[in-house]
Amino acid sequence: MTSATTVPAVRLSGVTKDFGNVHAVRGVDLELQQGEIVAFLGPNGAGKTTTIDMVLGLSRPSTGEVSVLGLEPRQAIARGLVSAVMQTGGLLKDLTVRETVEYTASLFANTRPVDDVLDRAGIAGIAGRRVAKCSGGEQQRLRFAMALLSDPALLLLDEPTTGMDVEGRRAFWSAIRADAESGRTVLFATHYLEEADQYADRIVLISHGRIVADGTGSQIRALASGRTVRVTLPGADERVTDAIASLGGVDRVEVRGDTVLVHAKDSDTVARYLLTETDARDLEITAKGLEEAFLSLTGDAAHEEED
Amino acid sequence: MTTSTIDPTARKVPPLGGMNLTVLRIELMRMLRNRRTIIFTLVLPAALMLSFGGQAGWDDPVGSGNVGAYILLSMALYGAALTAAAGGSMVALERALGWSRQLRLTPLHPVAYIMMKTFVALVMGALAIGAVNLIGILQGKAEMPEHIWIAGAALGLVCTLTFAALGVFVGYVVPGENAMQILGPGLALLSFLGGLFIPLSQYAHAVRLIAYWTPMYGVAEVVRSPLTHELPWYAVVNAVGWFALFVAGAAWRMSKDTARV
Repeated sequence: MTSATTVPAVRLSGVTKDFGNVHAVRGVDLELQQGEIVAFLGPNGAGKTTTIDMVLGLSRPSTGEVSVLGLEPRQAIARGLVSAVMQTGGLLKDLTVRETVEYTASLFANTRPVDDVLDRAGIAGIAGRRVAKCSGGEQQRLRFAMALLSDPALLLLDEPTTGMDVEGRRAFWSAIRADAESGRTVLFATHYLEEADQYADRIVLISHGRIVADGTGSQIRALASGRTVRVTLPGADERVTDAIASLGGVDRVEVRGDTVLVHAKDSDTVARYLLTETDARDLEITAKGLEEAFLSLTGDAAHEEED
Repeated sequence: MTTSTIDPTARKVPPLGGMNLTVLRIELMRMLRNRRTIIFTLVLPAALMLSFGGQAGWDDPVGSGNVGAYILLSMALYGAALTAAAGGSMVALERALGWSRQLRLTPLHPVAYIMMKTFVALVMGALAIGAVNLIGILQGKAEMPEHIWIAGAALGLVCTLTFAALGVFVGYVVPGENAMQILGPGLALLSFLGGLFIPLSQYAHAVRLIAYWTPMYGVAEVVRSPLTHELPWYAVVNAVGWFALFVAGAAWRMSKDTARV
């Protein structure tokens, strides 16, 4: 079976969402394949949360369409195909851990056995404890146990590893990856660039209600500001720099003494040209950091809108 | 890369919008474990019955029973109303905790949720009415024919729905756990005005004119009508009107509340 013949896990086409005069989402087209781990990256107020709410069927798009595994979001939820783990809230403090899981399990047509789920989440030992008495970490495990009860095909996570230590974070992501291999799609919202780069197959960058980039971590970096090709090329005059500047995808050429810096989207072409057509040596290609890429793609940090 | 995919058509939707016995059991357990609820439901109305039920003139005739019976019906309504309002205000509290949002990510249908909460409110209301009736029987002062006893209890149960809706409404307007601090004294005041604690005939004319417009008046008259054989048309209008108003208010606030929590 190939992913091309299966229904996409999520499909958004021409989705917009307005709240009065505020255009939270301004036209999003996005398709997630089954089994992908996708980071949804963007500053606060970029439209991440609004988009996720529409995928969860908690709100309807102003225009455009949202489907989850080929179904309306609410239909997918009713079949237990979608789960979400929020960072805070979503628990009743006066229930015990077991009651919370039992309660949630009873609402679905099919679920995994409650004891199994408690066990796998590592909270079987505190099953009788009131939620109010559980630590933040225990509550987060409980939220995961609830989310995995129905064996969802799509799992949405909101800043999933906030507050976890390095070890916990690593264990968490290896579990998520194992699930993705059995076909589960994971979409996680984050504003940790590193985490997105490290754990996602794909990064979707959203800013001011639009998707501004979509690709792997290194693609995003390259997209944002291109790469910088640095060579030692003594005696580079205007004729040489003009020739370099006329190559496809070159943004800027700088000469600093014997060193020439070429900022280009297509660094390969520049490198090939420099090494074969000129006397350039000591060639170095550097990508800008994800942080810089992020800032340049999302506009500017000073521009943040409120949610 | 993808070795298996999930076939969405293989998944089923639960029957009855997700309503089931496990959920009802846990919801009832929650109420019964809550000390505050137990005080409102069982202890307070029963204590009021004990103190009011034996007041001077308890054996004077009223309709087909006595004043003791009149007080019993009134106190049962008060207890049930208080309980239902407390239960209703929990809906807003659950919303504030993000639990309602969590439930929306399950197959539980919003209508099933409301039905479930209504059922729990009715059970708790029945407990409150039962407690007052039990004290009334033990006290041995209230007297009325059995069928009136039953009819009064049943009407009281129906009337609790008004206050469940009021509880939801107030719970939304006054966020957090403060709702009961308003509902408690508020309902006591309304009960005074509506003639639950003191018959309206004891009030000055001007006060009575105001009382006719307050939400406890209508339901109190309705609940006592099997005993008194009196039911002015404006009491029925009052009961139906306030019920509609509170339900509309609760529905309005619930639909308005789209904030993420």
